[in-house]
Amino acid sequence: MRQGTARGIPHGTARGTVRGTVRATVRGARLYPAVAAGGFRRYATYGTATAAGVFTNTVFGFVLAYTYVALWDERPGLGGYDQAQALTFVWVSQSLLAAGALIGGGFQEEMQERIRTGDIAVDLYRPADLQMWWLAADLGRAGFQLLGRGVVPLLAGALAFQLALPADPLRWLLFLVSVVLALLVSFGVRYLLGLAAFWLMDGAGINLVAVVVTVFFSGMLLPLTVFPGGFGEFVRVLPWSAMIQVPLDVLMGVHSGAGGAVRALAFQSVWALVLLGAGRLLQSAATRKVVVQGG
Amino acid sequence: MGGDALIELEGVEKVFDVRRRTGLMRREKRQVRAVDGISFEVARGEVVGYIGPNGAGKSTTIKMLTGILTPSGGRLRVAGIDPARERMRLAHRIGVVFGQRTTLWWDLPLKDSYGLMRRMYRIPRARFEENLERCVDRLDLAELLDVPVRQLSLGQRMRGDIAAALLHDPDVLYLDEPTIGLDVVSKAKVRAFLRQLNAELGTTVLLTTHDLQDIEQLCERVMVIDQGRLMYDGALAGLHSMGEGGGERTLVVDLERELPEISVEGARVVKVDGPRQWLAFPAGASAAPLVAEVAARYPLLDLSVREPDIEDVIARMYERGQG
Repeated sequence: MRQGTARGIPHGTARGTVRGTVRATVRGARLYPAVAAGGFRRYATYGTATAAGVFTNTVFGFVLAYTYVALWDERPGLGGYDQAQALTFVWVSQSLLAAGALIGGGFQEEMQERIRTGDIAVDLYRPADLQMWWLAADLGRAGFQLLGRGVVPLLAGALAFQLALPADPLRWLLFLVSVVLALLVSFGVRYLLGLAAFWLMDGAGINLVAVVVTVFFSGMLLPLTVFPGGFGEFVRVLPWSAMIQVPLDVLMGVHSGAGGAVRALAFQSVWALVLLGAGRLLQSAATRKVVVQGG
Repeated sequence: MGGDALIELEGVEKVFDVRRRTGLMRREKRQVRAVDGISFEVARGEVVGYIGPNGAGKSTTIKMLTGILTPSGGRLRVAGIDPARERMRLAHRIGVVFGQRTTLWWDLPLKDSYGLMRRMYRIPRARFEENLERCVDRLDLAELLDVPVRQLSLGQRMRGDIAAALLHDPDVLYLDEPTIGLDVVSKAKVRAFLRQLNAELGTTVLLTTHDLQDIEQLCERVMVIDQGRLMYDGALAGLHSMGEGGGERTLVVDLERELPEISVEGARVVKVDGPRQWLAFPAGASAAPLVAEVAARYPLLDLSVREPDIEDVIARMYERGQG
């Protein structure tokens, strides 16, 4: 996995590359889980921030839930969901919001800041892969926020409203896999945004655009199934739909049969691979730029 | 090149392209030679100071030595490795401390960062524990291991960073301004540790600094760089003679009471502060006749002679470099 960074620089022999990959894999097996654990612990230290986040997600959930109730009263079956499914959509997406860092709060602002200040130099001379490092740390963070900020809003929603949560444990298992893939896709997009700081003076602008795009195209505001025709088709194949829409559909069993769920997971996997691959390419370009130009 | 040289540079250059907007659409491309043909060798076990004014090319050199910048020209080897080509392999042989940056994980206890270092550098457990214990002991870190890095003072954090750079037994330690912003006590601790490290383990140290006391107390050898060129490479003592006319020494005189400026042959008063006066005289001249004359003619409480200030010497070198 580490080769990508090495590719950014004129590399030695092919033999060295292969040996390097083997070595990196062995090291990675021990290093990156530790980085992920660090990411988890790091967010666990901020109790007040977590409590504030839970509160915000819950309040936001209620606001959206009552809006949806009004909408679905007026238009039952909108987007192919009944009211309980629509409300499930609201509360589960609130639970996933922090974990996916969909409206900021992940690593990308920190990474952009490190690039801007030049602290990224410290990350570059260490024998660790930049993308793997940030991915591990971000998954650790997401793991904490899934528990710390996901469980309580969902419970609150389940108590206050009638939700369409499945009883089948297999469905929950598929949902978990889908959430992990959603986190990878979300990371993939945010890693590209983070790296953009190598070329942009300030990441604030694209971060803002990214939040607006994510809120709309992930399905966080309204399920993407609500949008009609060609536009609906279009938004449902974009990577953002893999962050909220697809995990929700997997959870609620909207795709009929096992084949449907597998197709949904495959859709997410393809986007995850494409985005992570693009991240490696961009990382190589960024590293080459730094190595030659000094950033 | 010499057999025991750990660091070898031969005509190393680094040229940056700087693009500047000159009009609405026009852009001017200009080349900046940050490092302009530098050659030197550092032998295993040496402690070398690398000094120069801001923008002289110090950090650019350090970055080339770590492999995060490729030279535009010349030849560069560290422990036989071409840093830019084999950055990952080199990483296991070098330790780096950037005074103004940290490698430690900000929100987590100090010891967590060390655990990550162990995994990152694949340090055998026993070796790791031995090294950590030595660093903790010498750098006074025992109380700090459970403290989140963000709560450490600058001096504590710097000590923490130095320990982090040494856990994998690097052959060479690069320090980029390791004492910047530290108080006197912290500076002394850092310097004492580096001296001990070099004496006991033979670790080669290359440090850049603006604090000349770092140089005076740590380095037998000093290199002065300005505008990308090496202006001086040699013993610290030799720097003094580089100053114009060998510089001046200062006689500090404490009189019994405030008096008008002392007037003696061969010296001039450069500063007066109450009963204390500073007299400058040529570094080549003997202080004895001067002291005798002052003692004979003025009511004297105490006196001392100060060697030419190395800072002045270097400041003069920089000025000449620009002139």
